[in-house]
Amino acid sequence: MAEQTPAPRERDSHIRVRNLTIAFGSYVLMHDVSFDVHRGDIFVIMGGSGCGKSTLLRTMVGLKEPAKGDIYYGDFNFTAATEEQRGAFLRRSCGISYQGGALWSSMTLAENVALPLTEFSGYSAAEIRRQVSLKLALVGLRGFEDYYPSQISGGMQKRAALARAMALDPEILFFDEPSAGLDPISSYRLDRLILELRHSLQATVMIVTHELPSIFAIANNGIMLDAETRTMIAQGDPKVLAATSKDPKVIEFLNRGQERTQRHA
Amino acid sequence: MANGEAQAVPQEPRAAGQRTTGGAYAISLSGDWTGKFPLPQLGSLLEEISRPPRPSKVVLDARGVGAWNSSFVGYIFDLQTHCTEFQVAVERNLLPDGVARLIALADAVPEKTDARVSHARDGFFAGLGKKTIAAVDAAAMLFDFLGLLSIAFGRFVSGRARTRIADVFEQMQACGADALPIVSLISFLVGVILAFMGAVELERFGASIYVADLVAIGMLREMGAMMTAIIMAGRTGASFAAQLGSMKVAQEIDALSTMGISPVEFLCLPRVLALCLMMPILCIYSDLLGIAGGAFIGSVMLHVAPRAYFHETMSAFTMSDFTIGVVKAAIYGVLVGFAGCLRGFECGNSSSAVGYATTSAVVTSIVMIVVACGISAFILNLVGI
Repeated sequence: MAEQTPAPRERDSHIRVRNLTIAFGSYVLMHDVSFDVHRGDIFVIMGGSGCGKSTLLRTMVGLKEPAKGDIYYGDFNFTAATEEQRGAFLRRSCGISYQGGALWSSMTLAENVALPLTEFSGYSAAEIRRQVSLKLALVGLRGFEDYYPSQISGGMQKRAALARAMALDPEILFFDEPSAGLDPISSYRLDRLILELRHSLQATVMIVTHELPSIFAIANNGIMLDAETRTMIAQGDPKVLAATSKDPKVIEFLNRGQERTQRHA
Repeated sequence: MANGEAQAVPQEPRAAGQRTTGGAYAISLSGDWTGKFPLPQLGSLLEEISRPPRPSKVVLDARGVGAWNSSFVGYIFDLQTHCTEFQVAVERNLLPDGVARLIALADAVPEKTDARVSHARDGFFAGLGKKTIAAVDAAAMLFDFLGLLSIAFGRFVSGRARTRIADVFEQMQACGADALPIVSLISFLVGVILAFMGAVELERFGASIYVADLVAIGMLREMGAMMTAIIMAGRTGASFAAQLGSMKVAQEIDALSTMGISPVEFLCLPRVLALCLMMPILCIYSDLLGIAGGAFIGSVMLHVAPRAYFHETMSAFTMSDFTIGVVKAAIYGVLVGFAGCLRGFECGNSSSAVGYATTSAVVTSIVMIVVACGISAFILNLVGI
């Protein structure tokens, strides 16, 4: 099916999610979630534990089928596409970094980064080696080509996963809890790295996180999900939300359970 | 300290209640609440509190309490929960400071009333129905996976699958060459056992030499393939399930699919192919070792000359027995690989699920092997081979 229903189009929005409902059987996890992500945004999906942040991300990359609603990437209707079209789109345009890194444990770092290149790029072996070295060097892992994921630390695994996600120069980078389990310094460095790469690769970045320092340091747009009402309760730049939102839940989340402080005034 | 002596000898915990003139119910608590002694029963106190006319409030006085730990806090919390049910207020002013704080902390978030999971047992028919639905779902999943694997194989044959030949060889090494020691041991012993079983009867007729026929036909037609398959189920099928299951838990399989690489083509096909290719070879090896085991018993226990034993074996050897064994081995290989990969892919998201997947892979493999063996015996009998 080459013909796709044209979506309502807004100016320069890169990802559009419309009336998305996600359910496990009869249990509705979230309903009527709609938002736009603009090209070049660093977009955070915020919310407390168990509100379905990661599941929303999994749905956006096709690992879970939504119960209702549509996801558009540009003009591409992802929810209506076939398995093959989705696969082709994901490998061409998306890079995904999973919560635990999800590096293939039986392969070295170099082989992890090289796999998408050997399968899809059509580069020569020498060119692939060069690309792998470059991508690993970009995330600060030069010289770690022949290490296995189990031989390096958690922070290094996350960076290696980022190198793998960037292997095919994606337009959209997804991060599931990038700083979970990292110490503050590694987490800060990863944030800097994401900012730097977004800038130089001109990519759109979607991040699932509940780490406030990260949210304020890098995001310029986002939504907040709420476990109680099972939908999104806020949309916009987190810094602006923290300063101006009227919703007590948003204020509480963005101010660590406190009343609004002077910090973001 | 004045009560230093009292602390040295632990006192039994006591809780005594009485109605006061003001309409309240006072409970005075004393002794050491450290769990060394059985705690006083809550029942009689609650009965008294719930008996109309109900007291206006319950006053807890714990000034007589010596040492305490969580058992004391739990007792008070339980008491308070019941009092709330009776709509009787509890005054906690006279509790030790730490206890009052812990109770306040436990009260900070109200109970989520719909959070409790009901463990009501299903009736016979409801249970049967649920089991049936689960069995149908499991069967649907099995055929679903069989379909995926067949499609992947079709794509492999036409050269479009993302299966790496290097992976197939790596798996062949792991499930084939690396299994030689255990296959050698088991096959030799199976040959020995077959020879012993036959020897007891055949020796009575002075027909010890026919032990060679028994062992040769038994190993070639059934036991070589069967024993190799059982070893593979425990060794390789289990390892497939454990490996794929942990990859699933670590989201490595998700990472493959979102990269547009089919996990079935990339992970399952090399494993199933490797087993299907290695099993016939292992089966032939097992046949040889089994016959060697029989020959060992023949010459040591039954005093059959090795040369005679060899000749008898050769005369019993038929190409059809040999082929049946080898073909069966290939089929068993596919079954073991299939079961291992299926259970690995079905694995849930926890480390205990990986253990369950592994067990389930071995059980499924062995059941399928034995069923396949039965079906093949039936068909071969019909055909008359």
